Amino acid sequence: MVNLSPRFISMLSKRIIPCLDVRDGKTTKGIKFRENVDIGDPVDMARFYYEEGADEIVFYDITASSDRRDIMIDVVRRVAEEIFIPFSVGGGIRTVEDMRNVLLAGAEKVSVNTEAVKNPEIISEGARAFGSQCIVLGMDVKKVSPSSRVPSGYEMVIHGGRTYTGIDALVWAKEAESLGAGEICLNSIDTDGTQKGYELKLNSLISENVDIPVIASGGAGSIVHLYDAFTKGKADAALIASIVHYGTYTIREIKEDLHARGVKVRKTWD
Amino acid sequence: MIAIIDYNAGNLKSVERALRKLGFSCSITHTRKEILLSERIIFPGVGAAGRAINDLRNIGLDKVLEETFEAGKPILGICLGSQIVLDKSEENNTQCLGLIAGEVKKFPFPLTSGEGERLKIPHMGWNSVQVARKHPVLEGVKSSDEFYFVHSYYPKPSSDQFVIGTTDYGLEFSSVIGHKNLVAMQFHPEKSGIPGLRILKNFCTWDGKPFTTVY
Repeated sequence: MVNLSPRFISMLSKRIIPCLDVRDGKTTKGIKFRENVDIGDPVDMARFYYEEGADEIVFYDITASSDRRDIMIDVVRRVAEEIFIPFSVGGGIRTVEDMRNVLLAGAEKVSVNTEAVKNPEIISEGARAFGSQCIVLGMDVKKVSPSSRVPSGYEMVIHGGRTYTGIDALVWAKEAESLGAGEICLNSIDTDGTQKGYELKLNSLISENVDIPVIASGGAGSIVHLYDAFTKGKADAALIASIVHYGTYTIREIKEDLHARGVKVRKTWD
Repeated sequence: MIAIIDYNAGNLKSVERALRKLGFSCSITHTRKEILLSERIIFPGVGAAGRAINDLRNIGLDKVLEETFEAGKPILGICLGSQIVLDKSEENNTQCLGLIAGEVKKFPFPLTSGEGERLKIPHMGWNSVQVARKHPVLEGVKSSDEFYFVHSYYPKPSSDQFVIGTTDYGLEFSSVIGHKNLVAMQFHPEKSGIPGLRILKNFCTWDGKPFTTVY
């Protein structure tokens, strides 16, 4: 029999990770299927993507008020009863106690972003308490002119991109790794929401200089963008949002296409 | 009743939730009596081998595990639980339970794939398992099925007779090992979607006997 399967670029499957923004227990963008069904419940959406073959799911809690955190914990608990793949929760994690609550409710990982920049010890404390595999460092990055402070030309920004920190993204990625971060979710503020492709240079720069996995984030608008993130961008996983929420592609279509291009993905179909 | 052994080693609730979803009753426990009375045992774990084995010994569960292993009760080790059933681990230079002969090794650094691609450590993500030896717990697992792994050390049994499944990551390692009524896997079946749930279900109905091999 002729072996028609393409030559894979890695033995470990590249992960496809849908990201759901949640506010007050509801997703901010529902899924708009071709059949025009619109779901805004994070538990239903998570189940849908789980059944479609997502390798992991990221929830980002954008609830403004901290006294409504319990709503998110309840969402995490309900998601954990329905889906049997890893999922992570970020947004509003300020203390090791916040991490513990999310993990005990059933999340596999927690991500810290702004808080980690302000207080890097939260990474090491979290890693010590729960293991590095639980701690994801979220990075929001903007392209700037290289300078003595930011030699890589990529600067860390916080508060959703509104505040420049003067910290070089590459320096911060390495420091977070040495503090015990188990993975990096690398978001480019410049490409986020554009659907014009991931920031590939930033991605390969970080990915080639750390030993922990890097998830590319920000800018996916087509399957070629994911292909580029895995090949040129050296990403281990890719975060997607609009491309699936708006029904442009299903996760299965994305995976079938990547598979045909020689990217090893987890096949959940036959 | 299935006992999920609690020795402060990670999130046991995801195993519990998966078993409940499958319709099996289970209990997260560290009491000797409850474990001895249970019909089968799941032995999970994340974190470092040294601390895990210390915690296990401090609450006296190492002896309970040995006892139930001798008694022929089905035991499932998951992740770190698949490592500390061996004799010793390179992690913290730890003496382990020795229910299966062999040791736990760290992935070499640097690690590269057959095509020369740099591989990151930990081995984190989805990978497949090639069945080396038919086993009731792997019944129905296809070569294309993938499972969720997170680890920097891997089990290395002393003999092929303990190897049930293997996985490639820079090197070929034993991702599923077993001996008599004990079966243990490096990946997380409770986080591995439908194929993972199938393995858990297989374990929950297993009589503790491997297929008799005809030589």
